[in-house]
Amino acid sequence: MIRTPRSPRLSSLALALAAVALPLTAQAHKAWLLPSSTVVSGETPWVGVDAAISNSLYYPDHFPMPLQSLAITAPDGSKAVAQNPHTGKYRSVFDVELNQTGTWRIASVNSGLFASWEENGQPRRWRGSEETLGKEVPKDAKNLQITRSAGRVETFVTSGEPSTGALQPTGSGLELVPVTHPNDLFAGEAARFRLLIDGQPAAGVEVTVVPGATRYRDSQDEFAAKTDADGQFSVTWPAAGMYWLTASLQDDKAAPPASARRASYTATLEVLPQ
Amino acid sequence: MTLLRSLSLPLLLAAALPAGAARLSLEVEIPALQVAEYHRPYVALWIEREDASVAANLAVWYQQDKPGHKGDSGTKWLPDLRQWWRRSGRGLRLPVDGVTGATRPAGSHTLAFDDRNAPLRDLPPGSYRVVVEAVREVGGRELLKLPLQWPPTAAQEARAQGKNELGAVRLSATP
Repeated sequence: MIRTPRSPRLSSLALALAAVALPLTAQAHKAWLLPSSTVVSGETPWVGVDAAISNSLYYPDHFPMPLQSLAITAPDGSKAVAQNPHTGKYRSVFDVELNQTGTWRIASVNSGLFASWEENGQPRRWRGSEETLGKEVPKDAKNLQITRSAGRVETFVTSGEPSTGALQPTGSGLELVPVTHPNDLFAGEAARFRLLIDGQPAAGVEVTVVPGATRYRDSQDEFAAKTDADGQFSVTWPAAGMYWLTASLQDDKAAPPASARRASYTATLEVLPQ
Repeated sequence: MTLLRSLSLPLLLAAALPAGAARLSLEVEIPALQVAEYHRPYVALWIEREDASVAANLAVWYQQDKPGHKGDSGTKWLPDLRQWWRRSGRGLRLPVDGVTGATRPAGSHTLAFDDRNAPLRDLPPGSYRVVVEAVREVGGRELLKLPLQWPPTAAQEARAQGKNELGAVRLSATP
């Protein structure tokens, strides 16, 4: 976790809303983390990571991703700290020192509760945590709706041999569990992954994949896959490059006090040439 | 001594091995390139099975660090040998005795292996391919494959011609 100064133009609520809500409106804006390399070697290699919410992939053209919610997991499962963080006009950047061999999971993870109700005929909205809910939202509010929200934006970097220690699901929100390792993707080959929601198979969820470098073509060229009963889906990579993979889910299977949950997942995956 | 002097070098090499040793010889040409910035290529040679898994590493040439070097180690660029890295390199602890070594200059380089020594000593009989992958800093990458039946029952010859980062590659195997 790192702390960055708040933007004078935007409240922290707006930033949090942007980080959580934007992946759900993926048609317009795309949140992403883009590592400078995904496959590295040497004693203590570093990667630089760009973090942004943009219209085109992977060009920071809209809004920097706030860095308050970074969750960097080292190959042994321990938490690591982002170095040299900076938030600019269009993108945030930070470095990660890969001081362990294996696979690193670099993520921005947001979660919280949203509430809406009516007060004196006026709609009210609130966002916060379970701790603040009881204090700030009247229990007997009219038409009270509470939604649990979880958003994860992530990417993977491997130093040396790929490992899965950092890829263990946390059991919260939408998560990708590798069948094919996310740093072992090659053009023309199929990759298989499993999607979990709160640790359980996410069945029947549509997964959308958009190749990077959208600036240099006329269409999104996105393609889709759907998860089976076990949450598994398969993607065959048409060409080498960066890919933006996203899925979202909304249902009423929320843990109390929420009555609805929504979750989004986004990964940047690099597919190498043969 | 007179007798020895009259023998050609290949005969001497052959005489150093017991009769009946199966041999594999590879000749790899690194082309001389007229480019503004030239770095010697990283080169990996290995034997792959029919499913592309690695049966044996033959040689890996990459930049060796000078004592007390600062900055990036030569191992940083090994993933650019991307098929070798994927199939084998990323799981190795470097350096590997008898396999890894310094980069080589432009010219023809001959490597000789036999069934009395590692790694061919431990290679089960079967159909294989010898893979040669070369990648050059601020340059290109090239990969060539040559068929190999091991152990050879008759003399085998195979040739491949690189276009950019590799020149002629010749394989010969004798029972």
